[in-house]
Amino acid sequence: MFGKLTLDAIPYHEPILIGTFSVAAIMGFCLLAAITYYGKWKYLWTEWLTTVDHKKIGIMYIVVALLMLVRGFADAIMMRTQLMLAHGDHPGFLPPHHYDQIFSAHGVIMILFMAMPLMVGLMNIVVPLQIGARDVAFPFLNSVSFWLFAVGVVLINLSLFVGEFARTGWLAYPPLSEIGYSPDVGVDYWIWSIQIAGIGTLLTGINFFVTIMKLRAPGMTLMKMPAFIWSILCTNILIIAAFPVLTVTIALLTLDRYFGMHFFTNDFGGNQMMYVNLIWVWGHPEVYILVLPAFGIFSEVVSAYSHKKLFGYVSLVWATAVITILSFIVWLHHFFTMGAGGNVNAFFGIATMIISIPTGLKIFNWLFTMYRGRIVFSPSIVWTIGFLVVFTIGGMTGVLLAVPGADFVLHNSLFLIAHFHNVIIGGVVFGYLAGFAYWFPKAFGFTLNEKLGKAAAYCWIIGFFLAFVPLYILGFMGMTRRLNHYDNPDWQPLLIVAFIGAVVIFAGIAFQFLQLFVSFRDRKQNEDVTGDPWNARTLEWSVSSPPPFYNFAVIPTVHSLDAFWEMKKDGTAHQRPAKYNDIHMPRNSGVGVYVGAFSFLFGFALIWHIWWLVAVGVLATIIAVIVRSFDQDTDYYVPAAEVERIENLYYEKLAKHQEKNHD
Amino acid sequence: MTNEVLTPNAHDVAHGHHDDHHDDHAHHHDAGPMKVYGFWIYILSDLFLFASIFATFAVLHDSYAGGVTGKDIFELPYVAVETAALLLSSITYGFAMIGMYKGNKSQVLTWLVITWLFGFSFIAMEVNEFHHLITEGHGPDKSAFLSAFFTLVGTHGLHVTFGLIWMATMIFQVSSRGIDATIRTRLQCLSLFWHFLDVVWICVFTIVYLNGVL
Repeated sequence: MFGKLTLDAIPYHEPILIGTFSVAAIMGFCLLAAITYYGKWKYLWTEWLTTVDHKKIGIMYIVVALLMLVRGFADAIMMRTQLMLAHGDHPGFLPPHHYDQIFSAHGVIMILFMAMPLMVGLMNIVVPLQIGARDVAFPFLNSVSFWLFAVGVVLINLSLFVGEFARTGWLAYPPLSEIGYSPDVGVDYWIWSIQIAGIGTLLTGINFFVTIMKLRAPGMTLMKMPAFIWSILCTNILIIAAFPVLTVTIALLTLDRYFGMHFFTNDFGGNQMMYVNLIWVWGHPEVYILVLPAFGIFSEVVSAYSHKKLFGYVSLVWATAVITILSFIVWLHHFFTMGAGGNVNAFFGIATMIISIPTGLKIFNWLFTMYRGRIVFSPSIVWTIGFLVVFTIGGMTGVLLAVPGADFVLHNSLFLIAHFHNVIIGGVVFGYLAGFAYWFPKAFGFTLNEKLGKAAAYCWIIGFFLAFVPLYILGFMGMTRRLNHYDNPDWQPLLIVAFIGAVVIFAGIAFQFLQLFVSFRDRKQNEDVTGDPWNARTLEWSVSSPPPFYNFAVIPTVHSLDAFWEMKKDGTAHQRPAKYNDIHMPRNSGVGVYVGAFSFLFGFALIWHIWWLVAVGVLATIIAVIVRSFDQDTDYYVPAAEVERIENLYYEKLAKHQEKNHD
Repeated sequence: MTNEVLTPNAHDVAHGHHDDHHDDHAHHHDAGPMKVYGFWIYILSDLFLFASIFATFAVLHDSYAGGVTGKDIFELPYVAVETAALLLSSITYGFAMIGMYKGNKSQVLTWLVITWLFGFSFIAMEVNEFHHLITEGHGPDKSAFLSAFFTLVGTHGLHVTFGLIWMATMIFQVSSRGIDATIRTRLQCLSLFWHFLDVVWICVFTIVYLNGVL
């Protein structure tokens, strides 16, 4: 009846997990109680869970991403604590069985359930507004994508309390991840959380590609698209090309584990190297899926806060396109030591080094944009300057690792760990947090507290160096990754410094949350009345903050790259149109939530081999989609009078604000 | 399964025609081309999916692990009939589309039913082939070659099965709703999907079966 699921799956004998569970349960209970007490269930359901509005979906993605940042960071600080202690006779506080789950979960969560949703969330909020569209191409599909992603998040976190997570590292290489060596459900949790969330990501990729290709405002030719839109376009091309490979790779591992097939097994002709190749054919483009949007954000931020046109826009666009293509021909540098031979290694080594050229070019684009600009020293700019320094160092260690000979020495050492955290924290995390601060007022209607924002940024930058420079040195000293315990006394001082670095980063995260709290408390003083708090250049700033649900009462016409800047200069910004028209909008739909719920049953049942529930999950999902296809009442019209009423409120506020400024 | 946000301006850009209707009730169904475009992109991603499985098969095609080879187990005449059923279903789907453009509901329904039957025979024959192989002791757990064979052919079969579920839904919707703009878009997308599966099958037939036997 319940497959492999028994009461033993609940880890009641592990005090750390019981503690975590109690805290999560109490917080969850308080949240549910508060929603019930304030009678917000209906509001939550109709306004948020069933929404097809890209802005709200984006906010939900970011909320989940911030929660997962906390979860992933908790894993990180536990690892740093363990390694600070576990020297000589001291076993540390985490047994290997538990420690291995933590480093596997840390990688998966930070990449797929923190960075990805933060990126997808920002993209959801910004892209339609920046291209002058009323929503994405397929709003309902967008809701389905979100819920499939949410299923992945629920599954991976459920593994804490029901069963266990993979002990294989974040990419679950076979043969270790095969059923013979990992017979428990850990790898199955890994498989189904990534597989289901990955399908959501693929649908998002298709959706945003079509949105950008088909829904741009009149006049916005490709070379008049903001740099952020270019980076998102290239990211979505990468998603469309790379995520199917991930789907296949994981599916083949699934077939090995569930049906005894021999794709990656040691015996019966299986080929383990094929897994390593396939997973990195997805994995390397995935790195660029994460970092290209960050590059796009920096392009917007430096140009807006320097009050200058982006330097070398055309070259930046070409650099983005070149990186997109090159990202597919460097995957082998992740396993130089695994026997491909000198010539193959040389090809991939050189291809890898070539990527640093367009990337370096972008660094100069941003530097020259800032050069002689009137820079406003906002938190976003602090993040950007931090990025320029940190990321450049990470890029240089990357070029070092691209030399196959050097890689043979440093492969799988802490040097590598330091390198990729250097580019992912310095590039991706700093970028997304810069974008978070930049676009927050657009999504919520008030600006964030700048002092606390800068404090967060400085803590992250300093904490990063404290935490990871020791790891570079430890790598040279021969310390390998994924160690639970060590005997070399020379390593301990550096590991203590790294732990202190993690604590400083913790302070950065705490400031980030404190900033949200304080800014929310002071939201009246910080209100963004004009919708353009930074005197910025692109179309999203031409509407109120938060924007009306239909985004644009009248779709703007674009004449140049910095469309809104031009409008402000020639006085055509914020002009009332002669008349308003009815606006065609999609209706909210609960089907996305149902599809998510059924996929969850499907995934959970597969993990625990509850076959009847698998069948129920599949059938229910198919039926939900078919039932939806019979629904002909999926859209409606907002009457012109209603649009006029909403727009007038904004114009009144705007007029009052201008009067106040004139006095 | 999706609905989209329509704006008169976005329309003009997307579809290159100008319309001074202030109210877009009139051309509210122009979302169709965007859906078809989106479906093309989905097909593209599916192509990457099949490419990965083909690559896997290429790597493992001679990893027999001492077991049977393609020569031992493939029966070309049987597969030829299977192939014929699928290729014919593409032609008959084309006839259904002609009916759709003429607005002839009964022609659409007739040809969709015929297409469905061809598709169903294809799947039935494939299931029979798999069943036969497994009972003979050549299941997918016997060698890497057989794993790759069952997975590649099976993934295509799974796609055709979903196509059949979709087509059955469309037969029901055409008969109850007639041919409106939404139905037309859906039939166009299904058409893309169906022909795409045909193309993939031609590759399967060539690379797996012909290459395996000849």
